[in-house]
Amino acid sequence: MTVTSVLTALAVSVAVTFALRALPFAAFRRRPMPPVLCRLGRLLPPAIMAVLVVYCLKDVPADPSGSGAAGLMAAALVAVSYRLKHSTFFSITLGTLVYMLLIRLL
Amino acid sequence: MSRRDIVKTAFIRSLPILCSYLFLGIAYGILMEEAGLPWFWTLTTSLTVYTGAFQFVLISLLSSGASLATVALTAFLINSRQTFYALSYVEDFSKMGRRQVFMIHTLTDETYAVNGTLTQPDEDRRRIMFVLAVLCYLYWAAAGVIGGILGQLIPWDMTGIDFCMTALFIIIFIDHWEKNPRHFPAIAGAVIAVICLLIFGAGSFMLPALLMTSAALLIWDSVRQRRDEASEEMP
Repeated sequence: MTVTSVLTALAVSVAVTFALRALPFAAFRRRPMPPVLCRLGRLLPPAIMAVLVVYCLKDVPADPSGSGAAGLMAAALVAVSYRLKHSTFFSITLGTLVYMLLIRLL
Repeated sequence: MSRRDIVKTAFIRSLPILCSYLFLGIAYGILMEEAGLPWFWTLTTSLTVYTGAFQFVLISLLSSGASLATVALTAFLINSRQTFYALSYVEDFSKMGRRQVFMIHTLTDETYAVNGTLTQPDEDRRRIMFVLAVLCYLYWAAAGVIGGILGQLIPWDMTGIDFCMTALFIIIFIDHWEKNPRHFPAIAGAVIAVICLLIFGAGSFMLPALLMTSAALLIWDSVRQRRDEASEEMP
C-alpha cells in the first residue's frame, strides 16, 4: 500500500460517489423533471428506509441464532420503545446497549 | 425563522446523527489506524468520499490491494442508492444557489432520512437542511480523527456500537410510517429487500432491491394515477 495507490483509489472513489450523487441534478438541469419522477422522489423515502433497515440487518440469515437473533431482538426493542415513548435518544441508547450485551451473551 | 432558530432546529435534529456518526466515525478511525492509515488519511477520506458504509469497505479494498476497477465497481454498487436519494432533492437543492454542490456532496443515508422529516415552510426548511448538512459533515470528519488518534486508548471492546445506525434507521422508518397515510411504499421496500437479500446474498442485494422497489413504486403510482383520472371522468 503506497501513497500513490491509496491516492488513486481515493480519487476513483470520490469520482464515482460524487457522480452518483450529482446524476439526477445533471440530467434535469436544463429541462424540468418529469412529474412521474417528482412523485417517485416523494414515494421513495419510506421505501428506501425499509431497504436500509434490511441492509443493516443483512447478516441475520448468516447467523440466525447468535448475532442475528441479537440484531432482531434489539431492532424489535427499538421499534416498540419508540412507538411507546417517541424519544429518539432513549430508543437508540437502549437498543445499542442491549445489542452490545446480547452479542456477548448469545 | 431567525438564524438562531434555524441553527437550533438543525442542531436538535442532528443529535441522533451526532450519536451515530460519533460511534461509527470513531470505529472507522480505529480501523483505518489498524490498517496502517493514520488519522490524516481518515480525515481526507471522510471529507472527500463521505459515505459511511463504503468507507468501511474501502479499508479492506485498500489493504488487500484491490484493482481500481474493483474499487470503482464496489463504490458504484454500494453508493448507487445516493442517486435515488438525490432524485428526491433535485427541486430543493436546485433552488439553493452556491450551496447546491455542497448539498449534493453531503447527501448521506442519515441526512436524507432526517431531511425527509422536516415540515417547515420551504425557505426555512432549505436553510435548516444546509446547517444540518454542515454539522453532520463536521461530526463525521471529527469523529474519524478522534478515532484515529484516541481510539486505540479505549481499553474495552466496543463491538456492536455500530447498531446505533440500525436503530436510527428503524426510528426514521417509523416516523415515515406514522406520517404517511398509505403504507404501500414502506411495505414494498421491506418485502422486496428481504426477498433480494435471500436471493442475492448480503454482499450484492442493495442494487437489485433498490431497482425493484423503484419499479414497484412506479407501477403502483401509475395505477393510482389512472384510477384518479377515471374517477374524475365519472364523478
